[in-house]
Amino acid sequence: MATHPFDNIRNFSIVAHIDHGKSTLADRLIQETGTVAARDMGEQMLDSMDIEKERGITIKAQTVRLEYRAQDGRDYILNLMDTPGHVDFAYEVSRSLAACEGSILVVDASQGVEAQTLANVYQALDANHEIVPVLNKIDLPAAEPERVKEQIEDVIGIDASEAIPVSAKTGLGIPDVLEAIVKRLPPPKGDETAPLKAMLVDSWYDSYLGVVVLVRIIDGVLKKGMTIRMMGSGANYGVDKVGVFRPKMTDVAQLGPGEVGFFTGSIKEVADTRVGDTITEERRLTAEALPGFKPAQPVVFCGLFPVDAADFENLRAAMGKLRLNDASFSYEMETSAALGFGFRCGFLGLLHLEIIQERLEREFNLDLISTAPSVVYKLNMADGTQIELHNPADMPDVMKISSIEEPWIRATIMTPDDYLGAIIKLCQDRRGEQVDLNYVGKRAMVVYDLPLNEVVFDFYDRLKSVSKGYASFDYAISGYRQGDLVKMSLLVNAEPVDALAMLVHRTRAEMRGRAMCEKLRELIPQHLFQIPIQAAIGGKIIARETIRALRKDVTAKCYGGDASRKRKLLDKQKEGKKRMRQFGKVEIPQEAFIAALKMDE
Amino acid sequence: MHQSSAIQASAVPARAPFDAGFGVYVHWPFCASKCPYCDFNSHVRRSPVDEARYVAAFRTELAHRAAIAPDRTVTSIFFGGGTPSLMQGATVGAILDAIAALWPVAPDAEITLEANPTSVEAGRFRDYRAAGVNRVSLGVQALNDPDLKRLGRLHSAEEALAAVRVAGDIFERYSFDLIYARPQQTAGAWRAELEQAISHAVEHLSLYQLTIEPGTWFDRLYRAGKLTTPDEDLARALWDVTQEVCDRHGMPAYEVSNHARPGAESRHNLVYWRYGEYAGVGPGAHGRLVGADGRLAMATELAPEKWLEQVERQGHGLTGAERLTPEAQGDEYLVMGLRLAEGIVPARYAALAGRPLAASRIRDLTELGLLRAEGERLAITPAGFPVLNAVISQLAA
Repeated sequence: MATHPFDNIRNFSIVAHIDHGKSTLADRLIQETGTVAARDMGEQMLDSMDIEKERGITIKAQTVRLEYRAQDGRDYILNLMDTPGHVDFAYEVSRSLAACEGSILVVDASQGVEAQTLANVYQALDANHEIVPVLNKIDLPAAEPERVKEQIEDVIGIDASEAIPVSAKTGLGIPDVLEAIVKRLPPPKGDETAPLKAMLVDSWYDSYLGVVVLVRIIDGVLKKGMTIRMMGSGANYGVDKVGVFRPKMTDVAQLGPGEVGFFTGSIKEVADTRVGDTITEERRLTAEALPGFKPAQPVVFCGLFPVDAADFENLRAAMGKLRLNDASFSYEMETSAALGFGFRCGFLGLLHLEIIQERLEREFNLDLISTAPSVVYKLNMADGTQIELHNPADMPDVMKISSIEEPWIRATIMTPDDYLGAIIKLCQDRRGEQVDLNYVGKRAMVVYDLPLNEVVFDFYDRLKSVSKGYASFDYAISGYRQGDLVKMSLLVNAEPVDALAMLVHRTRAEMRGRAMCEKLRELIPQHLFQIPIQAAIGGKIIARETIRALRKDVTAKCYGGDASRKRKLLDKQKEGKKRMRQFGKVEIPQEAFIAALKMDE
Repeated sequence: MHQSSAIQASAVPARAPFDAGFGVYVHWPFCASKCPYCDFNSHVRRSPVDEARYVAAFRTELAHRAAIAPDRTVTSIFFGGGTPSLMQGATVGAILDAIAALWPVAPDAEITLEANPTSVEAGRFRDYRAAGVNRVSLGVQALNDPDLKRLGRLHSAEEALAAVRVAGDIFERYSFDLIYARPQQTAGAWRAELEQAISHAVEHLSLYQLTIEPGTWFDRLYRAGKLTTPDEDLARALWDVTQEVCDRHGMPAYEVSNHARPGAESRHNLVYWRYGEYAGVGPGAHGRLVGADGRLAMATELAPEKWLEQVERQGHGLTGAERLTPEAQGDEYLVMGLRLAEGIVPARYAALAGRPLAASRIRDLTELGLLRAEGERLAITPAGFPVLNAVISQLAA
C-alpha cells in the first residue's frame, strides 16, 4: 500500500455543543493558516445560510482545505469538515465523521460538557476518531479549566490532561491547535492504484454548476472526464469538474486517497445523490461498497398549508426548490377540510421541520399553518400486514387493527440539579422510563426512554421553561414499541376537524382532550349561536366545552352621518373573516389552529 | 322593540321607496370643555370665536354643495357638534337664511339644534326659536350628579331637567340623550332613571350604550384598568331593561339606540339611516350627495381654523370626495339601514351594490331568529338588535 503521498494530509471535524464556539474556532483556523485574507473574513465563514448564522447551527456538511506549514518545517493539508450539529441530522453527521480520522472536541471552559457534546463525541468515538480536547473561552473570568477537564474525563472517559486552552475570540492558543492536529491526528490511509472508492458526504444544488457533490476519496483517484457510478442507485454520471474548497471552490486536476473535495457532472437532482453512498469508476468497479449506507428516513410528519389559499401553487414551487437542496425532506399533496389544499411533509426531526418551515416563510415569503407534528406509527393489521401511518386523519377502522407501535427515543438531559425534580416530573408525565441518573459536579445527567410522540408535543418548550433554559437535551431514536394508542378527534359544532385529530396514549387522552377543548373555547370567537366543542375517541365523548352565543355587542352612536366609519369597520370585519376557516357554520381563526397545537399544561 | 307583528315602517313616511329626503348638516366644532367619552370633532377655545367669519365660510361651503346637488328640496336641517348651543341666535339665523337662499326648504322641514342643558344655554332657546329652529336635542346624558360629573358634564341633573322644561315651553319638539352601561351602573338603577326620563313628557329619547372610543380619556382609563365596562351579561340586561321600559311607555326603538312616540322620529337622522342624500358643512362634517358621476362620500377638514382658511381660499373645506363603488354603497346601506326597525329594502341593496344579498346568509340568520324578511323589506328582529354588528357583518360577508 502506498502511504507516502498522504502523510501530509489530516482530515478532522470539530465536535461541540451549540454556542461553545465551533464556528468561531473554525474561522480562526482559516485565518491563522492564511487561507482567507483577514480583510475577506466574514463572521462564521462556513455557515452560509441566514438561518445557520442566526441559530448557530450547521445544516449542510461543508469543508475547507487549509494549507499549513508546521513547526517541523513540512507543509500539510488540513481538511476541516464542518458537520451538521444536530441530532436530526445524526445520519449525515455519522457520514461526515466517517470521512475524517480525528476530531477536535470543543468544550466551553465555563459551561462544561452539555448533552449535545456527549451525543456528538460518542459518534466521533464510534467512527474511531482520535480526539483532541480544546477548552474554549479560557479568557472569560468564569472559566474553570481544571473542573471541565475532570468533567471530560469523568463523563466522556477520554484523557483530557493535554487539553488545549484557547480563546477562539482572541486567537489565544490557535497555533497549538494546528500543531496538535498535525501531531496527534493520524494521516489517512489508502491505495492510489486501486479502483476508485469514494464516499458521498453531502451534496447541494448550485444555480451555476448544478449539483455539487462533496466527497472523501478512500482509494484510487477522481478526475475530470471520468464516468463514475453511484453504487446505491447504480446510476452512471460524467465528471465535469473536480476541486477543493479554500473555502472558495478551486479546481484541481484530481483528488487522491485521503483527500476531500467536490465534483460536478451530469447529475440532475440532489435527490439522485444519497449521503453515504459509495462512488466508484464505471470501467473499474471497486469490489465492495463502504459500510453504513442507508437512505434518509423521515421521522416526523406534519401538514403545511398556506394561510392564503391562493398561495398553494407558490408553496408547491417553494417546496420543489427547497427539495433541490435537501432530499431528506419529502412532501405530498394533502387536502384538509379545515385547512384546504396543502402538503403532508416528512422531516428528519423537529429542528429539521422548523428549519424548513422557517425557510419557506422567510425565503419564499409564505404564511403557513402547520398541523400538529406526528410521528410514524406502525399499524399491525388483523390480516397480518403492517402499514405505516403518517397522518392521524388516515387512521383505518380500529376494528381492522390488531396493535399499534410507536417510535421511542433515548433522551440525554443535562441540567443544574435545581431543576432536576421538575425535569424528572416532566419526563414521567410524558410516559418516560428512567434509564440512568448521574451527577457530574453540580450538574445532573439523566437518561430517559420516551415515546417520540410525547416529545414532538412541545417537550422542548416545556423543558426550557421548567429549567429556565439551563437544561440541554439530545436524543437518538431507539426503536419501536407497542403502545395503547387511540385516535382522538376534535369536534366543533358536531363536525370533526381533521387538522386537529391526533393519536394519543389512552392514559393521556382525557387530559389532552380537556386541554384542547379549553384552549379552543378561548380561541374561537363567540358566534350568533352556541358552539359545542368536544373531544372524542371513536363515538365516545371524553371532554366537552361550550362557547356561548353572543348576547350583546356594542353599537356606537352614529356621528353626523359618518357612514364611512361604519363601512370601514365592516371592511375590517370582512378582512378578518378572510383569515378565518369556515368549518360547517363555524368560523375558526387560523391563529386558533396554531395556538391549539402549541399548548402548555 | 315590539316582539309582535309585521315590520313597522317608521311613522314618518319615506317620500318614495328609494327617496329618503335631503338633509343639511351643519357642524359647530366648539365645546366649553371636552367630555372624557367623546371622540367627535370638538375643540375647546380660550378666546371667543369670530362667529361672523364662520357664517361667511358656511355660506361659501353651502354654495359649493348646492352647485353639486341643485334642485333638491331640503326636508331637514341639523346643527350638530361640538356644542351648537354655544352659537349666538343670529349666527344660527344667518346660516338658515343661507340654506334657504340656495334650496327650497319644505314647509314642514325639521330644524334641530343640539344643546347642552345648562341654564346659560337655555337662556338662548328663544333666540334659536326665533331664528327658525323647531326642535332641540339635549345632551342630558344622566340624571344623577355623581355620574354627570364622571362623564365630564358641566350641568347638574336639576339644571338639566329645568332646561328640558324650558325646551318644552319654547319648541314644538324636543329630545334628549342618555348614556347607559356607565361604570358601576346596575339594571335597577337604570330602570329607575329611564322611568324618570320618560316622565318628563319627552317624545324622543336617544339611549346610547357607553362605548370606549380609541383616543378618548376614557380609553386611557380603560387601558390602565381604572375604568370597567359591564360584561356581556350585564350589558344585555341593561339593553333588555331599556326595551321593556320604553315599549311599555309607547316609545319603541325605531332605530337601535333611538326611541320615539310614533310620528316623533328624528326625520334628519332617518335621512342617514335610509341612506338618503345629505350635505355636510363645517369642520369634520360628512356628506353623501349623488352628483353627475355617482354617489360621493364627502368629508371636510377637522381642525376649525384650517377648515376656515381652506374654505376662504378654495371655496370649500373638503379633504376628499370619494366616488363610492357599488359594493361600498351596498355596505353603507346595510350598516345604516339595518339600524332601523323598518330595516332595508333588499331590492334597493341590489340596485346599489350591483348584486343581491346572499340568500344562504339571509336564510341562516332567519333560522337563528335574528333577521326576518317580509314583503319588500328585510329587518333585524328584536332578538337580533342586541347583536346588530355581528348580524350585519355576517350578512355582508
